[in-house]
Amino acid sequence: MDSLLTQFDELAGADGRTRAPYRKLSQWLAATPPELLASRREQAELLFRRIGITFAVYGAQEATERLIPFDILPRILSRGEWTTLEKGLIQRVAALNAFLADIYGGGEILRAGIVPADLVYRNPAYCPDMAGRRVPYDIFVHIAGVDIVRTDDQGFFVLEDNARTPSGVSYMLENREVMMRLFPELFAMHRVAPIENYPDELLATLRSVAPPRANGDPTIVLMTPGQYNSAFYEHSFLADKLGVELVEGRDLFVRDDIVYMRTTEGPRRVDVIYRRIDDDFLDPLCFRPDSALGVAGLMGAYQAGNVTLANAVGAGAADDKAMYTYMPEIIQFYLGEKPLLQNVPTFRCREAEALAYVLDRLDELVVKEVNGSGGYGMLVGPHATRAQIEEFRAKLTAHPQNFIAQPTLALSTCPIALASGVAPRHVDLRPFVLQGANGARVVPGGLTRVAMTEKSLVVNSSQGGGTKDTWVIDDAWVDEKAMGQA
Amino acid sequence: MRIRIRHETTYRYAEAPRMAVQHLRLTPRNHDGQHIVGWRIDVDRDCRLVQSEDAFGNTLHRFSVDGPIESISTVVEGEVTTFDMAGVVSGAVERFPPILYMRETSLTAPNAAISAFAREAASKESGTLARLHALLGALHESLIFDADATHATTTAAECFEHRQGVCQDFAHLFIACAREIGAPARYVSGYFLRSDAEDQVAGHAWAEAYVEDLGWVGFDPTHGVSPHENHVRVAVALDYLGAAPIRGAQSGGAGETMDVRISIAQAPAFSPSQSQSQ
Repeated sequence: MDSLLTQFDELAGADGRTRAPYRKLSQWLAATPPELLASRREQAELLFRRIGITFAVYGAQEATERLIPFDILPRILSRGEWTTLEKGLIQRVAALNAFLADIYGGGEILRAGIVPADLVYRNPAYCPDMAGRRVPYDIFVHIAGVDIVRTDDQGFFVLEDNARTPSGVSYMLENREVMMRLFPELFAMHRVAPIENYPDELLATLRSVAPPRANGDPTIVLMTPGQYNSAFYEHSFLADKLGVELVEGRDLFVRDDIVYMRTTEGPRRVDVIYRRIDDDFLDPLCFRPDSALGVAGLMGAYQAGNVTLANAVGAGAADDKAMYTYMPEIIQFYLGEKPLLQNVPTFRCREAEALAYVLDRLDELVVKEVNGSGGYGMLVGPHATRAQIEEFRAKLTAHPQNFIAQPTLALSTCPIALASGVAPRHVDLRPFVLQGANGARVVPGGLTRVAMTEKSLVVNSSQGGGTKDTWVIDDAWVDEKAMGQA
Repeated sequence: MRIRIRHETTYRYAEAPRMAVQHLRLTPRNHDGQHIVGWRIDVDRDCRLVQSEDAFGNTLHRFSVDGPIESISTVVEGEVTTFDMAGVVSGAVERFPPILYMRETSLTAPNAAISAFAREAASKESGTLARLHALLGALHESLIFDADATHATTTAAECFEHRQGVCQDFAHLFIACAREIGAPARYVSGYFLRSDAEDQVAGHAWAEAYVEDLGWVGFDPTHGVSPHENHVRVAVALDYLGAAPIRGAQSGGAGETMDVRISIAQAPAFSPSQSQSQ
């Protein structure tokens, strides 16, 4: 618990002196009456209700959709901080792609003994059907959501790589839109890097990996599991922004290894599928035969090179929490570079020594299931009950290879506006990295997730976390303007 | 031994689908224990049969046909010469290291009862091969063949509960047990020449497990033996799903029924063609 008390606040800094990126926000907050903040909070709630941005929660008794809490104060990064982060993210995704091309290709990293072969071949996300297959431009991960945390003003840690179908980018875009309507005066005071171009960048990325026959004018679709999926709102939102058709499996069919979309004007050939559906459900002839969400024959068309899937099938083999622990070595191996972003120190419970250490300190550590996501299957030791700890002890002892453990990080905090006033809450950040044949890019910012409950470290929206708008501001401009006013 | 096989599968629909796609794993490949003398595959529909190799090195044929489709009939027939290799499979196409075959699948996941059974059965022996044979014997003794007890998606755990099922279930159980005692294991679909009947209503299935220094070794829990010259090996995978002779999907249509006719007979050796033996 001590570690939580020495947390780093991104506004107040370590020494209580307002950090540079937050100087103007801080001044503005001091000059703003609480009633104004309260009324803006109400307006924000109304705006989000009108937009209808919701998130279905799995496992909830009444599996209803609910509004994700939104906090009206921006989370601010300086241009300098962002530049460091951006370089690190691009490096990370380049390494993820090189790793995937290798484990489905020559397997050099396995032969070099850097990553244990059983971790790859026994990983449920490793897809045997992809072995020996090339994907266009060797890009497996076109869209990555890399979860970032910080504990001081020195650097950033990667908490998790999401290389399958990362979600949340619609909240990033909506948050910005709502903020611009709520606080035009704050935007006037800061030069905030734009993010509205994300859909254009995503479209350019998807176009760049289309099969050659599309001749620069590919037909792109966004494939969703349907309206009951927790991220359906995002799927329809993105299809709309991209200007592409939103399809379900039943809207597509495959004939002679070519994918077609049913349209009112007859079948239309599809070149690129931005799929937001898990590997297992893509094609009932290759994966789960009971999947009614997929398209029979899709894998055949994919392997024939007649359609590009983004992200590639089997990309999940790289973002597994056990593989995460090898990321520094993976970056070094393929790129010959030192990792620019650090990993959180992680214990691999599959190793006997680490397991013993972890079992001794379950009340201090965060234990995560290797294949869990969304904050499910996770133990936050310092906040867990005796019973929860014992439950995890049993699970760990039975299947140690399914778990990793990390120290409870003193995640940084940012101010949020509550009915009772402004208070710090823990945050993380999910920037979205795009990798196409046209290069890699990251729109400045990302989705800041915030634990709305005091002292809580779980920021996942499925666990009651909220979101904030994330600003990258130009330092030089801020300083100049500040001097001009002085 | 020379074995002649004819395998016909007919799907009929009460209500004709608009379209159908099928994946066929019906073509055996050569290895040291079998030599394909001749093999042909025929679909009674106007379609393009595309041949490729699947993840595990099996020969895969794919086709799609447009409807309305009242029925689809697929026939494979051919002759294979087999040799008794005492169950050892060598010279086969291997696309993965054995460790891949430690992966659990939903059809082969062990439960506590299977784990306990596997450990107990193997406990009297030392050495992987002997332990696997002990498993084979124990499973063969405790399982009762009953074609009505299970279906295509029955898991190893479900089968083990009643100790009843068909060769597919027994293969899944053997795989679950073998992996439980640390041996990589996989599913094999194929054919079995019976001495008592030429006509059969289903293909056969068994398992292979990896033994250090020996390689892949076959285990047929239905018959309690390692495969010999009566076995023709067609496809391997982590479980039935990956090796299934036919996987299909339709759009539209209803009321599917399947009819399988298999005839497996010993062909006279040294006969250059069938006509001489008739």
